[in-house]
Amino acid sequence: MGNFLPSTEEQRRDMLQKIGVSSAAELYREIPADLRKKAADATGNMPKGVSEFEALAQLRELSGKNRVFDAIFRGAGAYWHHIPAVVSRVAAKEAFVTAYTPYQPEISQGILQTIFEYQTILCELTGMDAGNASVYDGATAAAEAAAMCRERNRKVTLLAGGLNPDSAETVKTYCFGANEPYAMVPNQGGRLDLAALKSALDDGVACLILQSPNYYGVIEDVPAIAGIVHAAGAKLVLSMNPIAMALLRSPGESGADVAIGDGQPLGIPLGFGGPYLGFMACKKEMVRKLPGRIVGQTADAQGRRCFVLTLQAREQHIRREKASSNICSNQALCALTAAAYCSAMGPQGMQEVARACYDNAHCLADRLGEIAGFGLLYPKAAFFHEFVTKCPVPAERVSKALEEKGILGGLPVEGGILWCATERNTISQIDALIDTVKAVIA
Amino acid sequence: MKLAFERSVPGRRGCRIPQTAAPQAKLDDALLRKAPPRLPELSEIDVSRHYSELERQVYGVNDGFYPLGSCTMKYNPAVNEQAASLEGFREVHPLQPAETAQGAIEALVRTKELLCSLVGMDEMTFAPAAGAHGEFLGLLLVKACLRSRGESGRTKIIVPDSAHGTNPATASMAGFTVVNIPSAPDGTVDLAALRAAVGPDTAGLMLTNPNTLGIFDKNILEITKIVHDAGGLCYYDGANMNAIMGAARPGDMGFDAVHLNLHKTFSTPHGGGGPGAGAVGCKAFLSEFLPNRLPVRKPDGSFGFADPAASVGSMKAFYGNFLVVIRALCYLTMLGGDGLKEASENAVLNANYLRVLLERELPAANEGFCMHEFVVSLDALKKETGVSAMDVAKSLIDGGMHPPTMYFPLIVHEALMFEPTETEGKETLDAAADAVLGILARAKADPGALHLAPATTPIGRPDEVGAARNPILRYEFTEEAK
Repeated sequence: MGNFLPSTEEQRRDMLQKIGVSSAAELYREIPADLRKKAADATGNMPKGVSEFEALAQLRELSGKNRVFDAIFRGAGAYWHHIPAVVSRVAAKEAFVTAYTPYQPEISQGILQTIFEYQTILCELTGMDAGNASVYDGATAAAEAAAMCRERNRKVTLLAGGLNPDSAETVKTYCFGANEPYAMVPNQGGRLDLAALKSALDDGVACLILQSPNYYGVIEDVPAIAGIVHAAGAKLVLSMNPIAMALLRSPGESGADVAIGDGQPLGIPLGFGGPYLGFMACKKEMVRKLPGRIVGQTADAQGRRCFVLTLQAREQHIRREKASSNICSNQALCALTAAAYCSAMGPQGMQEVARACYDNAHCLADRLGEIAGFGLLYPKAAFFHEFVTKCPVPAERVSKALEEKGILGGLPVEGGILWCATERNTISQIDALIDTVKAVIA
Repeated sequence: MKLAFERSVPGRRGCRIPQTAAPQAKLDDALLRKAPPRLPELSEIDVSRHYSELERQVYGVNDGFYPLGSCTMKYNPAVNEQAASLEGFREVHPLQPAETAQGAIEALVRTKELLCSLVGMDEMTFAPAAGAHGEFLGLLLVKACLRSRGESGRTKIIVPDSAHGTNPATASMAGFTVVNIPSAPDGTVDLAALRAAVGPDTAGLMLTNPNTLGIFDKNILEITKIVHDAGGLCYYDGANMNAIMGAARPGDMGFDAVHLNLHKTFSTPHGGGGPGAGAVGCKAFLSEFLPNRLPVRKPDGSFGFADPAASVGSMKAFYGNFLVVIRALCYLTMLGGDGLKEASENAVLNANYLRVLLERELPAANEGFCMHEFVVSLDALKKETGVSAMDVAKSLIDGGMHPPTMYFPLIVHEALMFEPTETEGKETLDAAADAVLGILARAKADPGALHLAPATTPIGRPDEVGAARNPILRYEFTEEAK
């Protein structure tokens, strides 16, 4: 019913006449007849179209079957943060939403400049020299980083035990594709086992992919790990939550060669897992190995500052089978959103958000720790805004009880429950959570 | 215009969050970063105006004609955005229990069922985030399938020289060797070259049909048979699907797997480069290799995720670009099967109409009807006047439209590729043809002027060589600026 075809019947007749055919179907004469029949039967058997009004009603009904929780204490790769209204409005601007990749710089300066600003913000947060215009998400950023670090004689990717499981699985899938080896380095007490790391490193190792704070929330001793990895001639890829970067030692300060992660916490809604934002930044020496689009500053003939897609000799449309990656479409609008978020929050706002996450999470951990059986699984490890507690009853029971109160509790994981608190989690939400957990085990 | 960093005023604040009532927890100084990140310090109105000014320097589909070949820049219905911003989609955590996300999973299943019917496939995943990501998954399916058959010796992927650049790049990423085969003069597959290329080392073929010249390859059934007979699999690059909905299904053409660019054919916006979504459909025999967390309808009528038996693993976190899939579902629901067929017919009608309007001065690179797009060569004009495809493209910007795709496909010299899409009316096409023809006339009268185009934009042609030679990839703070 809704078809978005502006030409009238009369106009279409004129057009057909100009082409010299009597129907649009004639334009398909190269397509074998039996293919045409099967395809027409298939569309004929699909549901009929409906008006915009009815379509929206159908989708609203579907959305109504999903539970929107009043409070979320679950992270594990997707974080419940406040999104400033101005950020949502900026991200909905029509020209940003509907434009293509900025291949025509003269009419795309707005997008190119936002990406340049995003790249700069990314460098500031990560302490790196250069970043790309985004990849699909944090998990594919890890896979792309592994490819970036591989050298002729160094092929093995080491995966830290605290790496988000989705990221680890994605790296493995990409390795399966590339016919390249990987190995896991286990954790010990919630953080990377340094002895195991040392024995895994040899002159065939290209990089270690480490996450800090790791999947279990624990802050790793990144400088020490960087020292060990570099001593073996390998590179360190560090995945880090961008909110944590506002407060904690940046990947650059910690000795990482490549910084990656998911930018979802920077103003991007939960959206049942996507679209999110994969970010990648690196030291100067590795810039030409970065995959994907990169925006650079230049000038026009009159010397006016402007921005263009640059270093394109790395990319698939030029290098074809020799490209560093096949990526072309990325997450540009999400990168724009993240840049707008960081600009609206500013350095002070970002640090306040990070500090509130830290304080709320520690408050929650302390309060849970007062309940018998809910002590920290890794009591000696420093954490940011996620942590694992033990759970003396099946974790499902805790989850169910919290759901009844409109609270999405922590994620059941091996050994207990992985909790998260952000700046959105108020003391009264924490009180309600604690009361419910107490009731479950009473 | 100023960068956000240049608008920054020390101490200025935008969004504020309330102070937490939680006690301040101990935090070891050794864990802290040395100095705060130098982010812009702006008030809300500064942010708002900054991006409004930036938006004015962007040309989107809603600003005018956008015939960017191969990209399907159709209108993005406004209601798609409303659907994707429904709280029940936008505020759902990906790891909340499946029983609290039934509508979200049902939306994925419904979209999958509609698209499988449309393309003639049995199963589909939305895990890939974009077309290239979908291609990668498609070839991983091929690889996993061949391994399960004990045919790991099949290491070569055949790609025609007219293919999108992603095809060979993808084949490399999936660990295959690329065999490029030359096209026949009309861009269709040279059957003799294909027969000569296949053999016991053939893993498969990657093909788009209609091809990048906008020609439907009428030998398609023979092509897929040659590959299958040699023991290979056939992968369909769905970038050009907008030409053939309701007219031909990749599954019926003999393809085993296909990706669809939801941001092209199914009207989800391009976002200045992304996010898109790359659904991958396959025949039943490949479904056991699909990525984990396949959305399924369970026997009891509820919805959930299932891990296929011999899955290639994970393509990314969670379930793909979910909110993009919601937009596509909204579009599919509005159009219905008949509407999709009509959309493709009109895409083909519009492309042929524009082709005919230009024909006398600028004949298409191939004779006969085109599908949803067509390619012209400005080689003759360049030899005669020195005016290049680039000059014409830049001049079209001054004519008020977005240029067509330049210099692609590679097999046509000085190529311009027009894809008007079905969502443009006749008068838009008439005006575009007038603009192109006017520029061709000027090229002959005053070629020098065209080298200077565009003249109406905030900047002229940037120095791209300089940008690559001395890369400046971030803003450098000066002493005075903080």
